[in-house]
Amino acid sequence: MKKQASAVIIGGGVSGCGLAYCLAKRGFRDVVVLERDYLASGATGRCGGGIRQQWSTEENTRLAMESVRLFQQLDEELGYETEFAQGGYLILAYTEGEVEQYRKNVAMQQGLGLNVRFVDSMEAREIAPHLNTDGVLCATYCPDDGSANPFFVTQAYAEAAKRLGVEIELYTPVTEILTRGNRIAGVVTPRGRIETPLVVNAAGGDSVPLAKMAGLDLPIVPTRHEIMVTEPIDPFFTTMVISFQHGVYFRQERHGGIIMGYGDPDEKPGYDIESSLNFLRTMSRKILSLMPALHQVKVVRQWAGLYDSTPDALPILGQVDQVEGFIQVNGFSGHGFMLAPKVVDLLARLITGQDLDLPIERLHLNRFQEGEIDRDLSVV
Amino acid sequence: MTEETIICRCEDVTYGQIVRAIEDGCTTVEEIKRMLRCGMGACQGRTCVRLISQIIAERTGRSMHEIMPPTSRPPSMPIELAILAGEADDKRNVSASGGGTT
Repeated sequence: MKKQASAVIIGGGVSGCGLAYCLAKRGFRDVVVLERDYLASGATGRCGGGIRQQWSTEENTRLAMESVRLFQQLDEELGYETEFAQGGYLILAYTEGEVEQYRKNVAMQQGLGLNVRFVDSMEAREIAPHLNTDGVLCATYCPDDGSANPFFVTQAYAEAAKRLGVEIELYTPVTEILTRGNRIAGVVTPRGRIETPLVVNAAGGDSVPLAKMAGLDLPIVPTRHEIMVTEPIDPFFTTMVISFQHGVYFRQERHGGIIMGYGDPDEKPGYDIESSLNFLRTMSRKILSLMPALHQVKVVRQWAGLYDSTPDALPILGQVDQVEGFIQVNGFSGHGFMLAPKVVDLLARLITGQDLDLPIERLHLNRFQEGEIDRDLSVV
Repeated sequence: MTEETIICRCEDVTYGQIVRAIEDGCTTVEEIKRMLRCGMGACQGRTCVRLISQIIAERTGRSMHEIMPPTSRPPSMPIELAILAGEADDKRNVSASGGGTT
């Protein structure tokens, strides 16, 4: 392992590996990625793999739209088949309040150039056959939303980064962040220390304790989110379906299994990622009310991961004022995978002093001291 | 064993694919599972996990004891959504709690 680096990125998920690649591509040398376990072992590898551009805030929508543009060329750029596909996202509205909010969302999204529209329940059933549309007032549909394989995207970035000279150290946790005055000086691991002027905190749910090592408080609440998947069945729909009313999302994976998640409003903050029987029961009831035809399909596996949720459900990006050389790429609140391609491109530009083609000042840590918070409402 | 020998029967993963994953740097069953899907099918790795561990041991010169099994994820066997949701009839529920469904 190196003794010195120009930057140490903590976290071998999609953001950490993606940023390492983007930095190396821009000619930034001597980058080291430290991963506590193996690549994508945290939130990245536990997520549903969805890529959605339909958000209620302009920040998330812009980052997602630019990320989709980058996803479209990622396989070619990185030389890897990441299973990116644009199967669409269908978001169901059950109340007048939801309809009103979706009208605002769609107007904003269309204003940014997104291919999104309202569909009635009949068209929703054509897009997602067998969907129970009882009580559905309407839905929004973006055919350009989609999905990709989170392991493969992370691996693709990591391998491309290594080809450009980045060192990726697996099974290497950071036990201490060294500072001199209020500047970053290095990191300590069980395998030795690395001197560096730049540390990137891309540790997902563990960003909070990591930031603490440098004396920094982050307003991030780690919360367990559970997912399960069924046995493979014949493909019959390509879209992701979301119901905020039920707190549910589901889609059919490329290999045929139906993957589904549910955000439990009673989930307590913490680092527990054990699977629960309660989730298995509740999720099964919810999916059968939306897709009754699946009643004989068997669940083969469930797992859980952490959302690193911020008060406004928007990420924390950039250099913090408190510690010089300490950069945050965290607080994605459950949608870090889909935003990663543009986020890592922007952060690499920031670190190498190049122009940003999308402003990220509003995603700075300081925003939480400024009162008014415009929370993204489109979170499951 | 040849290149084409199937190691994971649920997901059709071959000996050759596993050897290549190890050559590409995978050192644990957990990593190989994520790259190749072996152990993610209906049997959840009952057949293949031991075989994959053996291949890792052979290829990396480690002993079997050092190779950790991947996280075992519930449910321990595939279960119908209707049973989990409590919508199946009594007979089905009994057979499920008895450890065997159709």
